[in-house]
Amino acid sequence: MNKILTITKKELNSYFNSPLGYVVVSVFLVIVGWLFIQTFFIIGQATLRSFFNLLPILFMFIIPAVTMSSWSEEKKSGTVEVLMTFPVSAVKVVMAKFFSSFVFLLIMLVLTLAIPMMVSDIGSPDKGIIIAGYIGAILLGSAYIAIGLWISSVTRNQIISFLVTVTIIFIFYMVGNSLILDTMPNSIAAVGKFLSFSTHFDSILRGVISLSDVLYYISVIVFFLFLNARAVSLKSWK
Amino acid sequence: MIKVENLVKKYGELAALDGVSFELNEGEVVGVLGPNGAGKTTLLRILVAFLEPDSGEVVIDGLDMSQQLFQQKIKGKIGYLPESAPLYDDMTVTEYLIFVGKMQGIEADDIYEKLAEVVEKCGLKEKKNAEISTLSKGYRQRVGIAQALIHNPKIVILDEPTTGLDPNQRIEIRDLIKEIGKSKTVILSSHVLSEVKATCSRVLIINKGKIVADGTPEELENKGGKNKATIHIEVEKIGSSLLPRLEAVEGINNIEVIENRIIIVSDMENDIRKDIARIIIEEEHGLLELVRKQVDLEDVFINLTKE
Repeated sequence: MNKILTITKKELNSYFNSPLGYVVVSVFLVIVGWLFIQTFFIIGQATLRSFFNLLPILFMFIIPAVTMSSWSEEKKSGTVEVLMTFPVSAVKVVMAKFFSSFVFLLIMLVLTLAIPMMVSDIGSPDKGIIIAGYIGAILLGSAYIAIGLWISSVTRNQIISFLVTVTIIFIFYMVGNSLILDTMPNSIAAVGKFLSFSTHFDSILRGVISLSDVLYYISVIVFFLFLNARAVSLKSWK
Repeated sequence: MIKVENLVKKYGELAALDGVSFELNEGEVVGVLGPNGAGKTTLLRILVAFLEPDSGEVVIDGLDMSQQLFQQKIKGKIGYLPESAPLYDDMTVTEYLIFVGKMQGIEADDIYEKLAEVVEKCGLKEKKNAEISTLSKGYRQRVGIAQALIHNPKIVILDEPTTGLDPNQRIEIRDLIKEIGKSKTVILSSHVLSEVKATCSRVLIINKGKIVADGTPEELENKGGKNKATIHIEVEKIGSSLLPRLEAVEGINNIEVIENRIIIVSDMENDIRKDIARIIIEEEHGLLELVRKQVDLEDVFINLTKE
């Protein structure tokens, strides 16, 4: 556990030792703030629905920027060779990398709390829905992180890592879109709907956190972290 | 201490290691020599459990590395410096070494003591608060070595520790390796022969994935011919009549021609320089240089790794 924390701390430091961390957070806050405010006064309701609706698309570009260098940079500079020859299992290193991106996600989301605070000042939004929305955002962001880390672990090029992650997240997002689902036979449409990030996110946004939605996100996270560990670990041989 | 048996590792069709076996005892300082692409780095990466071989056996300090359970334990016994000393550039030397110390499982109470030890040993005192990105190649290499030593491992593995350094830095690192070798088993790879001769008690020459020679530097030199000498000749041009006349000289074991250079292997006791010089001058080939020396590690290396 100590070693996981050691790596997590080191990773978080490196986010904020470079301009990248600050740039990503600032870009995220400026865009989310601007897009939200733009529609907020037109709708004229004290709701954060439009804020949460922005997140799946915005995270699609922000999260890969956070995860793109996580493994790629280590592979490129060769530090991965030192990291993976420490007496620590690959699973722990993968978890540490995940936690550091996860903490970064939490920092970004905490900084957006200004928005619900402002809305509460003006009107009286449904607190339950806001809390559900944030839980949904954490789950969604974490799933994106797991995908991003896996892709980052199979390439040494950060740009490729970024673009492939965006593409995969986009596919997972799109398969639940009704435009796509309508063109498919029912059986396939059901699968698409089940696999999609957006259907599960939308259902949480309604204010109901169902076990199946939570389990869906947790399985996605575990699945991609497993692929990540596979990609960086040494198997036993004979 | 280290036992390697019949190691095979292929990258596609290319065999980087093709049946490598050897055994190392505690306290040996071993140089793995070979031309670029011979399989040195692949071998070291397998020894540190970073790569897995296609087949073969590695036993380190009694632990079989094919067992995933043992891999962690084995890693803890080894200090490893990969080629070109990869480090986290955004950390300071102290931050980095503490990070490595924690990852190697050093208790928080001991870590500053261990840090001071390696900083002292590797001559990093002046630079301990410097950011790694600002360090010269020589200092980076020292930080890399300090990193490999901080947990006081039994085995230290260094991949080309002196490549890319200037002559002064080379000597400093060489002295440091000698110092480490007094108390630990050290494996280092290199393609610089003088280095290996100066630091190692044993040499493995590896070529095309196979071990082609194994012994002390002196043994290998003797094997290459204790009583042999090489005569290196440079001429302006080589005509067709020259070689037959040279071959006729008594006491010549072997003649090799590379462009306008001729390398002759002869017996040590039998000095044939006069005869050779006379022939070349008579044939008017323009003698530019003629040197005789005892067969050394370099000749052995070239002999074993050509083609």
